[in-house]
Amino acid sequence: MKLTRRESLWICLGGVAAAAFPMGVSAATVEELTAAFTGGAAPGTTGITLTAPEIAENGNTVPVSVDAPGAVAIMILATGNPEPAVVTFNFGPAAGSQAASTRIRLAKTQDVIAMARMADGSIVQAQATIKVTIGGCGG
Amino acid sequence: MAEDAKPRVKVPKSAAAGDVVTIKSLISHKMESGQRKDADGNLIPRSIINRFTCDFNGVNVIDVTIEPAVSTNPYFEFDARVDAAGEFKFTWYDDDGSVYEDAKSIEIA
Repeated sequence: MKLTRRESLWICLGGVAAAAFPMGVSAATVEELTAAFTGGAAPGTTGITLTAPEIAENGNTVPVSVDAPGAVAIMILATGNPEPAVVTFNFGPAAGSQAASTRIRLAKTQDVIAMARMADGSIVQAQATIKVTIGGCGG
Repeated sequence: MAEDAKPRVKVPKSAAAGDVVTIKSLISHKMESGQRKDADGNLIPRSIINRFTCDFNGVNVIDVTIEPAVSTNPYFEFDARVDAAGEFKFTWYDDDGSVYEDAKSIEIA
């Protein structure tokens, strides 16, 4: 492959950008993750249910479930974790409902946010405070 | 750790056409978060399953992006609509490049 001057310039710029924002080293903040998911749309509050325990004795496995009828994707964020991103569910055409359950790690008592992107692009959000007795990030 | 990752999936054996069935999936994996330190204070490198997908007869049911905050032995429960007999295909993608697969068939009763 032969590169033109212009192409090689773009490749260099890409390398600089990759060096400035190393993947995996800097954890994205809640705001950055929210902006990337919503595209700047203001979230509504109806049409999404986040089910989580009020008190989690063990932060290593906290059962959570989300249900947002009509959603194409649901993202879960743990605001008090070293890396707030937890999980993103993308629903395909064969999904029976836009709901899912999983088990997550929580480092300390914190708010957990579930955010759903609907088919029309609108965003809905639900939030729950979970008290954690033993943190789940090891020491 | 390809050798100790064992997928377990629970799918009903049969369903009526058009039914919504609940699927439970679990895979044994330590899901090392990259936050923990060993006895000498060195960071243990991250090693997780970063993606899980489920397809029914080639049509996507769910595609999950997984971050280190998902617990050891990642467990997912979700629903799928079954219009015809066929096969559910489950795929887990490991950080180390390994891919774990499982399949379960369902009949129309």
